[in-house]
Amino acid sequence: MFRFFIRRVALTLPTFVALMFVTFVAVRLVPGDPIEARTGERGIAPERLAMLRHELGLDRPVWQQFLDYANGIVHGDFGVSIVTKTPVLSEFATLFPATLELTLCGLAFAIVLGIPAGVIAAVKRGSVFDHTMMTIALTGYSMPIFWWGLLLIMFMSEYLGLTPVSGRMDLINFYFEPVTGFMLVDSLLSDQEGAFSSAVSHLILPAIVLGTVPLAVIARMTRSSMLEVLGEDYVRTARAKGLSPFRVVGLHALRNALIPVVTVIGLQTGTLLGGAVLTETIFAWPGVGKWLIESIARRDYPALQGGIMLITSIVILVNLIVDLTYVAINPRIRHG
Amino acid sequence: MNATSTPLLSIRNLSVTFATGRGPFRAVDKVDLDVAAGELVAIVGESGSGKSVAMLAVMGLLPWTATVTADRLSFDGKDLLALTPRERRKIIGRDLSMIFQEPMSSLNPCFTVGFQLREAMKAHLDLDKTARQKRAVELLDLVGIPEPERRLKAFPHQLSGGMSQRVMIAMALACNPKLIIADEPTTALDVTIQAQILDLLLRLQKDSGVGLVLITHDMGVVAETAQRVCVHYAGQQVEMQDTRGLFRDPHHPYTSALLAALPERASGRILPSIPGVVPGLADRPAGCLFSPRCRFATQTCRTIPPPRAGADLGYALCHTPLVDGHPRALKKLEMPA
Repeated sequence: MFRFFIRRVALTLPTFVALMFVTFVAVRLVPGDPIEARTGERGIAPERLAMLRHELGLDRPVWQQFLDYANGIVHGDFGVSIVTKTPVLSEFATLFPATLELTLCGLAFAIVLGIPAGVIAAVKRGSVFDHTMMTIALTGYSMPIFWWGLLLIMFMSEYLGLTPVSGRMDLINFYFEPVTGFMLVDSLLSDQEGAFSSAVSHLILPAIVLGTVPLAVIARMTRSSMLEVLGEDYVRTARAKGLSPFRVVGLHALRNALIPVVTVIGLQTGTLLGGAVLTETIFAWPGVGKWLIESIARRDYPALQGGIMLITSIVILVNLIVDLTYVAINPRIRHG
Repeated sequence: MNATSTPLLSIRNLSVTFATGRGPFRAVDKVDLDVAAGELVAIVGESGSGKSVAMLAVMGLLPWTATVTADRLSFDGKDLLALTPRERRKIIGRDLSMIFQEPMSSLNPCFTVGFQLREAMKAHLDLDKTARQKRAVELLDLVGIPEPERRLKAFPHQLSGGMSQRVMIAMALACNPKLIIADEPTTALDVTIQAQILDLLLRLQKDSGVGLVLITHDMGVVAETAQRVCVHYAGQQVEMQDTRGLFRDPHHPYTSALLAALPERASGRILPSIPGVVPGLADRPAGCLFSPRCRFATQTCRTIPPPRAGADLGYALCHTPLVDGHPRALKKLEMPA
């Protein structure tokens, strides 16, 4: 187990190096630089442009800039935002709870609906429920996030008036200092009546939009995994004991069927954080994704590099945790 | 069919039909069986002869594509076909249990042996946690597993095939059943282990007085163990006799050919075999299903399905059941001497 852990962690190192290089190159491939982005169409005197570039170190050879950046990362320094002049890490830390809250709720939505839907579809395979579920799943998977988000806003917020259009909280009626950064928790801690339901109503649409693709993937994966497991001899043994169908399916079959599903859930963190960028932009959700989009517009190199590095590190970390969970739920690996 | 007035398990005209992509497939065709309390009955037949499917139908473990029909399917005085699934689940696993062919894949890899053993007791018996644990240890001890306390904590992949089958047997015994169905319990095991497991099963059967239906394709095992034998061929029951009678005077040509193929019975230098293969779904003969492979087959056999003979001829499904190795037309029997 310990050796497995060490080997698995060591495998992430080359990924980090590649990641550092790709983010560095990618942000510089976008035409223009931070100075031009800020001056825009007004233009700027060539001497002043040169001076500002010198200040930011943009006039130095690219490989030197990369070494500086890589050296900083190794020492835990993600640089300082060109626009806000605050360290990238602290900006990220401020914004990340909003993204995490959205992502977790999206994932919870996907798991809570996806696994039962997949299980029922597998048990009642070929039924109307099965076909309906799988059609919905395929539609959800194929739906572009931004379009799906806009549709929901138009229907739920504009037409039915059930939910707010954007943001995390009704800031006109409520105000409280962030404690955890999670609006659901903070609104409860604030003891202000209606604050929590405001937080929920703000969160619900973005969470659904973000969770739709993972929901489709989890439901389909659970279904196919379940179908395979339901044909296994040990499921027959469980039924031969006279156990209830709920126990046979929900315990004996599902426990085995979940092994590949957990892996897929881990892989969905990438989709979720990537989707968060779009979702946050549509719903004006003040998280990391929206911040990254704004940083692209400003060509804020350190913010982009650092932000992408941090987000991707989280994806890598989650996948590491998933691999370890996989070991925990599968005794054949644990004792192998 | 049986002399016993109230058999534990009583089956009349059991048929099982599977819905397949190429139309319905009848895997079990009008099978009868009676098992008395404490009796050991063997069902023999080649692979695909429907012997497992018939017993899975009794357990109610067939997939949803199967349709089960029977004139009678009763166990312990209860009509199994009339029970609701909930009522049926109270019987299977408690009074009626089953041991399967593949012990390694029949145990759930995600749970410990102890968990799976205690589970059936929890569902059926009124025992508290410590009593269940105690009984689990006793059961493993009973089936000859050393260090039962430690083995209860083991996961199935840590056990050998023979060990797993012992656990399966312990599981089948957990709730003191009245009847155990053992579906080729030794087929998947090493030859050296086969005898051990069979001996264990027979000893437990004798000690506890539980009824046992032993599904096998090993005639040698049948000769040593069973009181009565049913021979299945292509989903049909072709003969049923007392073991001694069957080995002395088989009435169906298929039984006769099976016995002739036993190495210990072969007299010549070449071991006799039955030519051809069991007919598949598409190539069923019009008359007797065994007629293409039968050395006694006549034109009647090939065109008209055979009638069932009486008890004196082992209920043989044959136009011309054998007596002392020679075919005898059924009609003659009915004529006054």
